[in-house]
Amino acid sequence: MQLGEVMGTVVATVRTPGLDGVRFLVVQPLDRGRRPRGRAVVAADGLHMAGPGELVYFVASREAALAMPDTFVPVDHAVVGIVDQLVVDGEILTEEIKEEEAP
Amino acid sequence: MKIGRVAGTVVSTICSPAFERQRLLLCDLLGDDLQPTGEYTIAVDSVYAGAGETVLIIDEGNSARQVTGIPEAPIRAVVVGVIDQIDFAGT
Repeated sequence: MQLGEVMGTVVATVRTPGLDGVRFLVVQPLDRGRRPRGRAVVAADGLHMAGPGELVYFVASREAALAMPDTFVPVDHAVVGIVDQLVVDGEILTEEIKEEEAP
Repeated sequence: MKIGRVAGTVVSTICSPAFERQRLLLCDLLGDDLQPTGEYTIAVDSVYAGAGETVLIIDEGNSARQVTGIPEAPIRAVVVGVIDQIDFAGT
């Protein structure tokens, strides 16, 4: 699995059977320091929740299709998680999660 | 299998069901000189590996499903061992 940042969404009305209802996202792969690395890919959203600007991790190859409701579909990248906290070499690379202020 | 070094952790609450209650480790992949190659992978931990440890990573789906015990899990990389020692021929 690799880290990625969601750059946008892809809309395709005509699609192969089995992919109905699947969201597609443009995901820029990132290196371990959250810097862009390589070309952006179109990944299926296995969560139905990821949106632009979010730090996610995605799985590639055959396993990507297993994140879909129908697991025998032509999908080769799938977002499988939204990152809340990323710690690399003891350094926190995500913004601190702010506790909601009590009313 | 690949040799890696645990560099960090990834925490995620919104994730695919197979990733729930799994520990995710960000591992640098090492070359035959045991130095980081610049590549990394995020792997599910199955051996309670700690930061800085040299580990054995399987990056293949069938084995990953077998180790995690979750059929049809969209998991490909799993840490399956902590390496104590590596001997190259003649050393």
